[in-house]
Amino acid sequence: MNRIVDQFARLKRAGQKGFVVYIGAGDPDLETTRQLALAFDRAGVDVLELGVPFSDPLADGLVNQLAAQRGLESGTTPPKLLETVAAIRRDSQIPIVLYIYFNLIHRVGLESFIAAAAAAGVDGLLVLDLPPEESERYEALMSAAGLCHIYLVAPTTPDDRMALIVRRGSGFIYYISRAGVTGMQASVAGNLASQIAKLRAHTGLPIAVGFGVSNPEQAKTVASHGDAVVVGSAIVNQIAEHGRSPTLVAQVSAFVKALADAVKSV
Amino acid sequence: MGYMSSVASESLPDATGHFGPFGGRYVPETLMHPLQELEQEYFRAQADPAFQKELSYYLREFCGRPTPLYLAERLTRELGGAKIYLKREDLVHTGAHKINNALGQILLARRMGKTRIIAETGAGQHGVATATVSAMFGMKCVIYMGAVDCERQILNVYRMKMLGAEVVPVHAGQKTLKEAVNEAMRDWVTNLRHTHYILGTAYGAHPYPLIVRNFQRVMGDEARAQILKKEGRLPDMLIACVGGGSNAIGLFYPFLEDASVKLVGVEAGGLGIRPEQHAARFQGGSLGVLQGTRSYILQDEFGQIQSTHSVSAGLDYAAVGPEHAWLRDARRAEYSYATDDKALEAFIKLARMEGIIPALESAHAVAECLVRAPKMSKDALIIVNISGRGDKDVSQVADKIGLQMPQ
Repeated sequence: MNRIVDQFARLKRAGQKGFVVYIGAGDPDLETTRQLALAFDRAGVDVLELGVPFSDPLADGLVNQLAAQRGLESGTTPPKLLETVAAIRRDSQIPIVLYIYFNLIHRVGLESFIAAAAAAGVDGLLVLDLPPEESERYEALMSAAGLCHIYLVAPTTPDDRMALIVRRGSGFIYYISRAGVTGMQASVAGNLASQIAKLRAHTGLPIAVGFGVSNPEQAKTVASHGDAVVVGSAIVNQIAEHGRSPTLVAQVSAFVKALADAVKSV
Repeated sequence: MGYMSSVASESLPDATGHFGPFGGRYVPETLMHPLQELEQEYFRAQADPAFQKELSYYLREFCGRPTPLYLAERLTRELGGAKIYLKREDLVHTGAHKINNALGQILLARRMGKTRIIAETGAGQHGVATATVSAMFGMKCVIYMGAVDCERQILNVYRMKMLGAEVVPVHAGQKTLKEAVNEAMRDWVTNLRHTHYILGTAYGAHPYPLIVRNFQRVMGDEARAQILKKEGRLPDMLIACVGGGSNAIGLFYPFLEDASVKLVGVEAGGLGIRPEQHAARFQGGSLGVLQGTRSYILQDEFGQIQSTHSVSAGLDYAAVGPEHAWLRDARRAEYSYATDDKALEAFIKLARMEGIIPALESAHAVAECLVRAPKMSKDALIIVNISGRGDKDVSQVADKIGLQMPQ
C-alpha cells in the first residue's frame, strides 16, 4: 500500500487532523534535509513535501524562491535528492511527496522519473504546472507505480472543474486557500469553510489546506475546516534564518513541533 | 506535401491549444480557469464585428497602420541578388510591432472588465507598447523588466515611466526576460480579479500563442496585399528574427499555405553556439516545458533552464514559441541564427545604405538577408521584417563599435 493513503486512513480512524510540512530540498544541503525529515517524523509531521529546486519557480513566492536558489547552489539535482529519499527510508517511513515543476520530470521522461522516484521510496508527486488536461499518461504511469498523483484546487477553480480534478487525483487534494504564490499570510481566507464544503461535496479524498498558513493559531483554524494543514514558507523561513547554524535541526523541529501540536489539538 | 493540410491557417492550435506535440497549457491550477475565460472571451471578440471595427480603427488612426512595404534599392543593388523589401514596423506608433498585440489585448481586457494591466518586457518595446495603450485607455499599468535589461534599454524605461507605468526591475536569476515573465506570472496569479496580463510574445500557455499571433498577423496580411500590388506575385522568402517569435509568426502566418514562400526565422547566435553564450533554441535546445508551454528550450541535463546571451534583449530568451517549434518540425519554416557581431554589422549596414536604424532584434533578420540575398536570382523577392526601430539601442551600439563623442 501507499504510505500517504495509509497515513490518511490511520488519521481518519484516530479522528485526527493531518499535518503536512513543506521544505525546499537541499536547503542548505541534502544532509540537513535528511536530518530534518527524521526530526519532523519524530515531531508529529504526517506527510513531508520536498520542493525540488528549479531555476524558474513561477508559482513560488520569495521565501521559497530563495530556498530553491540555495538548493541549486548546494548542488541539489533530482538524482541526488532521490538518493537522500532512499537514505531517509533507512530510518523512517514518513510519507514523502515531491513538489516539483514539470520540466524536471519531462527532461528525463515520465517513465524513468516515476520509476526512479518509486524505487527511492517517494510516495507521491505534486506537479505544480501539470494540470489534469495535460496528464493522462502521467496518471496511468503513476498509478501503475503505486504513487499518488496529487492535484491542486484553487479559489479560482469553478465547481465543474473541481469535480473533474478530484476524479483525477489520488492520495489527497491540496486546496490552495488563496489566489497567489506560496508565502506567509497574516490571516486565513474568510471563505475557507464554504470552499471546503463545496469540495467535500465532490470527493471523499482527504483535503489538505495550504498556502499562507504560518503560525499555530492559523494552523488550528485551518485544521478545523480541512483534513490536514500544509505549512511551508514559515518553516522555510526558519531554515533560512538559522542558515548553517549547528542548532538548525533542533530549532526548526521545535518550531514544527509547536505547529504539529496545534494541529493535533483540534 | 502531407504536412501542408495540417499547418493550414486557422487549423492550429487545436481546441486544447496544441500545435502537434508543442504548446498546451502547463500552468498552476490557479491560472487554469482565468486562461479558459480569456480564451472564451477572445473567441467571442474575434467573432464580434464591433470588436474588429474598433481594433482596425485604432490600428489605423492611433498606430498609423498600414506600415509601408519599402523597396530597399541600394541594399538590393549592393548585394546583387534578390530584390529586398522591408516591412516597416519601425514606423508604427511606439516604434515596433509590439503595439499591434498590446492594442488588441487591451481592448480584450476592457471587454473583460479588467482595470489593471501588467506585462513583461525584454527590450522594452512591449513594455512601451503596453504602457502606451494603458495610458490611452486610462488603466493602471505595471511592467516587469529584468534589471540587466533596464540598464541596457534605459531609453525605454524612461518612456514607460513618462507614459505613467510603474516599471519593476527584476533581480532574480540572470535578470533578463525569462525572470520578468516569472514575476509577471506571479503578479497575475495574485491579482487575477482586476488584472489582465498582456503577454508580449507568441509564447506561454494557451491561448496566448494564438491570441498574439492573430493580433500580429496584420503584418503578414498587409505585406501579402502590398507585394501582390507592387510585384503581382508572392515573395520567395520571408525573413524575421525570432525571440519568443511574435514578429515572425505575425509575418509568416498569412503565407503558411503558400508553399512557394520560404519562411526563415533568425535566432540570436550571441557569442557563438556554446552553452550559455547564445539564445538559439533550435541550435542548442531540446524539448521541454517552460512558462506554460511545451517547446524547444535551452536547458541542462536535469531540466534546469540555462542562461542565455544576446546583444539584443528582445531575443535573449531560453524558449521559443510553440508554433515555431511546430513549423520547424513540420519543415514549413527553417531557422537560422545570427551572432552578435553579424547583427551589429547588419545594424550599421542598414543605417548607412538605407537610412534606417533598425532595432538590434530586427538587425538579426537583416544579417540573414545579407547572407541569403546575394545567392538568389535578381527576380527573386525577399521580405525582411524590420520589427522595430533602433533608437533604444544607439548608446549600446555606439559603445560596441567604439563611437567617440565629438571633441
